[in-house]
Amino acid sequence: MTNNLRSALKRGMRVAAAASTLAMLAGTSPLSAQELNALIWCDHADPALLQPFEEANGVKVNVKEFEGTGAGFAIVDQSQPGDWDVMVIDSIDVPRGVEKGLFEPLPEDKLPFADLFPEVKMDNKTVVNGKRYAITEKFGYNTISFNKTKVDPADMDTLSSLTGDKYKGRLAIYDYYLPVIGMAALAIGKKTADLTEADLPAIKEELLKMKANAKLVGEVTASQTALATGEVDILVGGGEWVTAGLAKENPALDFSIPKEGGVLWSQSLAMFKDSKNKDLALKFIQYVLSPEGQARLATSSCYWGMPSNKKAALTDNEKKTLRFDEQPAFLARAQAYPAPNADLDKKMQDMWTEMLQAQ
Amino acid sequence: MSTKPASERATPWALVTPALLWTLCFFVLPFAAMALTSVTAKDGSFTLSNYAQFFENPSYWRAMVNSLQVTAIVTVVSVLLAYPLAWILAEQVPERFQRLALMLAVLPFWTSYVVRSYSWLLVLAQNGVVNRVLTGSGLFADPVQLANTRLATVIGFVHFFVMLLTLTIFANLKQLSPSYRKAAADLGAGPVRTFIHVILPLTLPGIVVGAFLTFVLAIGDYITPQILGGNNELLMPQLIMMQIGRRGDFPLASALAIILMAVVTVAYLASARWLKIERA
Repeated sequence: MTNNLRSALKRGMRVAAAASTLAMLAGTSPLSAQELNALIWCDHADPALLQPFEEANGVKVNVKEFEGTGAGFAIVDQSQPGDWDVMVIDSIDVPRGVEKGLFEPLPEDKLPFADLFPEVKMDNKTVVNGKRYAITEKFGYNTISFNKTKVDPADMDTLSSLTGDKYKGRLAIYDYYLPVIGMAALAIGKKTADLTEADLPAIKEELLKMKANAKLVGEVTASQTALATGEVDILVGGGEWVTAGLAKENPALDFSIPKEGGVLWSQSLAMFKDSKNKDLALKFIQYVLSPEGQARLATSSCYWGMPSNKKAALTDNEKKTLRFDEQPAFLARAQAYPAPNADLDKKMQDMWTEMLQAQ
Repeated sequence: MSTKPASERATPWALVTPALLWTLCFFVLPFAAMALTSVTAKDGSFTLSNYAQFFENPSYWRAMVNSLQVTAIVTVVSVLLAYPLAWILAEQVPERFQRLALMLAVLPFWTSYVVRSYSWLLVLAQNGVVNRVLTGSGLFADPVQLANTRLATVIGFVHFFVMLLTLTIFANLKQLSPSYRKAAADLGAGPVRTFIHVILPLTLPGIVVGAFLTFVLAIGDYITPQILGGNNELLMPQLIMMQIGRRGDFPLASALAIILMAVVTVAYLASARWLKIERA
């Protein structure tokens, strides 16, 4: 879910990689050791997160938001080695960055790995050839968000409600292919980690049933707005990242992890191998993973999400909103984010395009 | 052999050089880079596979068909609405109020394009003004789905392009000498006949210029269909953005963009004979 999450709130920032390089040259290139250059998602752009780090260390954090791992790598490809210090990345995509030779192994003894929720350490993705290249900083679920005053919450305990007639025309689908394909897989009893090309026809059929019930397929802002304004009552692919930030204004919004499960998303921080500020980059990662940094990241104005550090300094109300105490049960039922290889990924994206075009 | 001195021969070139350099830097070179990218495989070799994908994948084709359909509807509806508006402004509004009327007509241009699109989303929403009127007046028992549809995209486009077309047609109408109408009347033609056989043909260049601009701007627009269309169908710009944003597949995005440019070129060639502004 996370790729579109950051893109939606920055629609106007959709630029080609070449333009981003120009922007870098114009103002965000590393001119001194007192600047940290970070490729980030929108939750890291919140001044409430960055300012305490900048003030404590007397540095400036230059951020560049990007949309999707592919676009992030494209920015890196068109930059000079050493231009960037840290990068936020889908945990499942860490091996791609390692394969491209981008990342520096992280010193495990200097980071709070023992404090992380064990289920989100994602060692199978963040550790390559025995070296850890990234650390999970935030996670959540792509599942069902709904307005509990408009739908029967009991119906939201099963994915089959999304394809039945009862809620026809009352759904929005979150426009990001991987998690929603994962949900469709869960609905037909497939494990998200074991998906193959042979599963795609059945998944497509499920997606088309959802589409037939949907009023729109929207990126974050559109789908969140549709749910918040009552345009739709259910958001397929939503989760705490949709409802938590709106909890104060609209307490009727809630999310469920259905009996078939939800799709676990997680984002990680990695350090660039060619960074010229590795000490500062490590400090930044340590700060984001600290209890204070985790609380600020979890409640970022862009979107909320669960902190990966169990010791995050959240208030009781924030924990309640994030359903912090229910995490063990949620994590037990959550399934991995689909992580297709390049060939399967292309086929999944084509299938998603077909779903969007279906009338 | 030219008898003009060298300095005089050089003057026209000196005058057009800035424009040529501008075009070279900001159109020719980027276009060449895009064309090269579109035929370059990941390993750097030459390939036409990105173009082949467009022709082989029905979803991609569908995006082009959708784009052409939406753009055609928008262009026709905008012309049909803009012509009477421009006519009223040019012929019915007293001369001293024309400037004010024109300013009011183009007022929507003053607001952000994105804000305007989001505003339409709210107006057309289930709880929006239009549905409240429809249900409140008893015309419909339940709200109608207007937002997140092709109709919403068309409405958003038309709202914008009617203003553009009004300007081009208004300018054309104002350039028409009153003598044409007087001559037609002298020859016995009534108002309708004068309009069909005299005014309309003479204002055709203004209509075509505006329609062509509408076509070009609408077919390449990403914002309006993305905000108002609800992703219930994809148009070409959305498909291109998907390749960049999701896949980082710049070669395929470049190929799709060039195909879109080819379509615009065809539209230009089809309307080229009218794309000249001449004082009537």
